Amino acid sequence: MLENFSFRTIVEYLPLFGQGLITTVWLSALSFVGALIVGIVLCAMNLQRGWLFRAPAKAYIDAVRATPLLAQLYFLYFGLPRLGFVLPELVVGILALSLNSGAYVAEIIRAGILSIPRGQVEASVASGMTYVQRMRLVVLPQAFKVTIPPLLGQAIVLVKDSALLSLISVSELTRAGQLLASDRFMPAEGFLTIAAFYLLLYYCLKGLAGLSSRWLGTAGART
Amino acid sequence: MIWQQLQSLAGSYPLALRGLGMTVVLSLISLVLGTLLGFGLGILRTGGNRLISGLIGAWVDLIRGTPFLVQIFLIFFILPEFGIELDAFTAGIIALTNLAACFICEIVVAGIRSVPTGQVEAALASGLSRWQRMRQVVLPQAMRIVLPPLVGQYVLLIKDSSVVSAIGLTDLTRVGWLVVQRVPNGLLVFFLVGVGYFIVCYPLIMLARRLERRMGAAHGEVQL
Repeated sequence: MLENFSFRTIVEYLPLFGQGLITTVWLSALSFVGALIVGIVLCAMNLQRGWLFRAPAKAYIDAVRATPLLAQLYFLYFGLPRLGFVLPELVVGILALSLNSGAYVAEIIRAGILSIPRGQVEASVASGMTYVQRMRLVVLPQAFKVTIPPLLGQAIVLVKDSALLSLISVSELTRAGQLLASDRFMPAEGFLTIAAFYLLLYYCLKGLAGLSSRWLGTAGART
Repeated sequence: MIWQQLQSLAGSYPLALRGLGMTVVLSLISLVLGTLLGFGLGILRTGGNRLISGLIGAWVDLIRGTPFLVQIFLIFFILPEFGIELDAFTAGIIALTNLAACFICEIVVAGIRSVPTGQVEAALASGLSRWQRMRQVVLPQAMRIVLPPLVGQYVLLIKDSSVVSAIGLTDLTRVGWLVVQRVPNGLLVFFLVGVGYFIVCYPLIMLARRLERRMGAAHGEVQL
């Protein structure tokens, strides 16, 4: 049993956990911005008529969705130096998370754009709008509403996925738990504490998703 | 250069095959157990007992709110403190089954709730028992909603099984990690690892898409 569960050690290591939590938050935020950029580019390519842009975007999305993030992370971690890019682990991690989540974001945005009824697009064509006007004034404002809740769901997934960066020794939250587990042989204290911190982040994001779907009047996020 | 590396990679062929086998076995066992447990939990959760459904909901939230890596560490390092000695394989199965069950529970709940109440009322009025109602009226209709995300969940499960390599199980990802220590070409090694996963996952992704389209089409018929 956990009769010698030591709260004192947890308090002693609290600064380490705090740092880990902060690192997890900002690296997830940065990766999410990266994922949005990757996702928007992929989605724009995917919505073109010609296959020249569409085929690579589709292949990329399928390849990312059919392989585990951990394998992708190792691919970059062990592969990039081979191409002459020797980057810090943290940068490799953010890159991997952005490239991975980007594929899912692309699908979310595409679903949002395709959810706009065909008649709306036809109506805007009939009113003589250009492509840019149509996108900016008709399609995107409506698609925005539909995509926000699932995007927040993806953000939750991203925060959880960022735990894998501990395996390439990025000092984020999970790494802090591992340190406590290995330095002091206190796995219970280490891992239960970080689980609590992750839950805190989860409930914050989940609350945000709930609020946003109430504001926007759309269905709840699937996480 | 590349040729030499390919040759030395060919030597790791049996290891790679074992890794792929481990990934498939792990995923398959926890897929079957997780599906059974997930359906059980989902049915219990919609059963009407406030306490039970609250407990299940809380547990599902705990599992969905924490990274899978942390769950594996918790199971592998903490259950022994309660006197339950585990090898890595059993810990991996427990963690994956639990994860799958929680996500499948949510999918099943959504499916059951999608069945119109009129159907349940009609079943009640015809004097069907609880079990008959579930098995003959609710579940068959819920399956239409449940099936596409269920298959998608299987893909996620196979991918998540890669995380068990963190506690030393020699699955496909771990094999890649071992090989890359010897053959320092991360691009090639993990490209091949990716191909292994792709072969297993992509057919399932295609199946999920087909099911989704078919369900959409069926839905359209009803609306007409």
